[in-house]
Amino acid sequence: MIKVTGLKKHFGDLEVLKGIDQHIKQGEKVVVIGPSGSGKSTFLRCLNLLEIPTEGEILIEGESITARNTNVNAIREKMGMVFQQFNLFPHLTVLGNITLAPIKVKKMPKAEAEKLAMELLETVGLADKANSYPAQLSGGQQQRIAIARALAMKPDIMLFDEPTSALDPEMVGEVLAVMKKLADDGMTMVVVTHEMGFAREVGSRVLFMDGGYIVEEGTPDEVFSNPQNERTKEFLSKVL
Amino acid sequence: MVIGTAQIGTLVTGWINDCIAGFPAFWASFSSKVAATFVKGSRWEWFLSGLGYTLLISLLSVILGCIIGVVMAIMRISKSRLLRAISGTYIDVIRGTPTMVQLLIINYIIFASVNIDRWIVGSIAFGINSGAYIAEIVRGGILSINAGQTEAGRSLGMTSGQTLWHIVLPQAIKNILPALGNEFVVLIKETAVVGMISNIDLVGAARRVQGRTYDYLVPLLAIAVIYYVVIKVISQLLAQIEKAMRKADKR
Repeated sequence: MIKVTGLKKHFGDLEVLKGIDQHIKQGEKVVVIGPSGSGKSTFLRCLNLLEIPTEGEILIEGESITARNTNVNAIREKMGMVFQQFNLFPHLTVLGNITLAPIKVKKMPKAEAEKLAMELLETVGLADKANSYPAQLSGGQQQRIAIARALAMKPDIMLFDEPTSALDPEMVGEVLAVMKKLADDGMTMVVVTHEMGFAREVGSRVLFMDGGYIVEEGTPDEVFSNPQNERTKEFLSKVL
Repeated sequence: MVIGTAQIGTLVTGWINDCIAGFPAFWASFSSKVAATFVKGSRWEWFLSGLGYTLLISLLSVILGCIIGVVMAIMRISKSRLLRAISGTYIDVIRGTPTMVQLLIINYIIFASVNIDRWIVGSIAFGINSGAYIAEIVRGGILSINAGQTEAGRSLGMTSGQTLWHIVLPQAIKNILPALGNEFVVLIKETAVVGMISNIDLVGAARRVQGRTYDYLVPLLAIAVIYYVVIKVISQLLAQIEKAMRKADKR
């Protein structure tokens, strides 16, 4: 579903990704862990071209997104993204946030978009907040709305960039629960996170990144219980 | 030469006495001037229509300025080097030359052989002028919006245009409304220069009256008061709107 070959990304002189090869299959839940500055977020952001790769090729469902003539917007429609800082649109209601893209991009009739939005709000347990503004919601609620907003485009893949890192501890659970439900429904997910419990429970594969490389990968059991690489061991000993 | 306190005292009381003695005569002449300025030949209507044109020109210029400003601001932050250069030059030239000179160039060179009302020429000139200032305000407003907003829009498959129009601009414009209101107030005062090409605005009304009565005092004082009151009212109104909006933010 996602095939990454030789992915490199430079910011000026700084080499953040030094060559990533990955094949993510349909239905996989790939969890990316690693110390800060290791390139996890950059890797994720390259997948929907929020960062333009310096080198390498990315195929999404067989289509190269790194080729010059790619329709970036069409690719992004297939991939939902959830950000650390939620990035809800503060000038729109919850309903407005969710229906904006379906109406503008997919030309969905407003009534249909709102019906879809209400279903999604039901799924994330916030149907009663449809007419609230983001500022009236807690961080956890905002992030659940952000997930619903991404799902409204009916993506094939969901990307999560540290979705719980900006949350108060007591709100982490509600967001992870929504993500877990999504995983159980068979969504293909790539999740950058520091939630090792989530990685262990939901992840079908764990990537450990350090210094711009994927240093180690395997099932959660392999990586967490029996890490092979020294740096993985050191990192896990600090966070577990 | 030393002037004693006593002498100053005599001088001052002398002046005061003169003023008091001269006041009835002054008042008589002043009130007859007021009558000549406003009442005679219904000249108050001149001021009223002058005020109307001043407000009309200001309003048209601020609308035109907003349109130009938004377009220029978008060009200024676009990826195209050409568009950036065009708007950069425009902003630079307009901000680097006096409004009055721009008005004269637009009137006597660009619209020299065009037969349209001068207040329209004035509105266009002031619109082009304020467009440069508004462009910088709008650009600042757009840049003040967190990059995450754009990323969220783009990640949903929206084009950069859709993201700008539906997500960034509404928030940016809300943030810059106070600055835009201020620009409107500045424009009302700036339009006094329109007298260089026409005499239909407030300043023009004062000058026409003065041409008949040979009195500067009353007409000029009158338009000063009118400008002051109008600007006071509009500033208060804008302050109220701003306050209401800030309250709405706390929803």
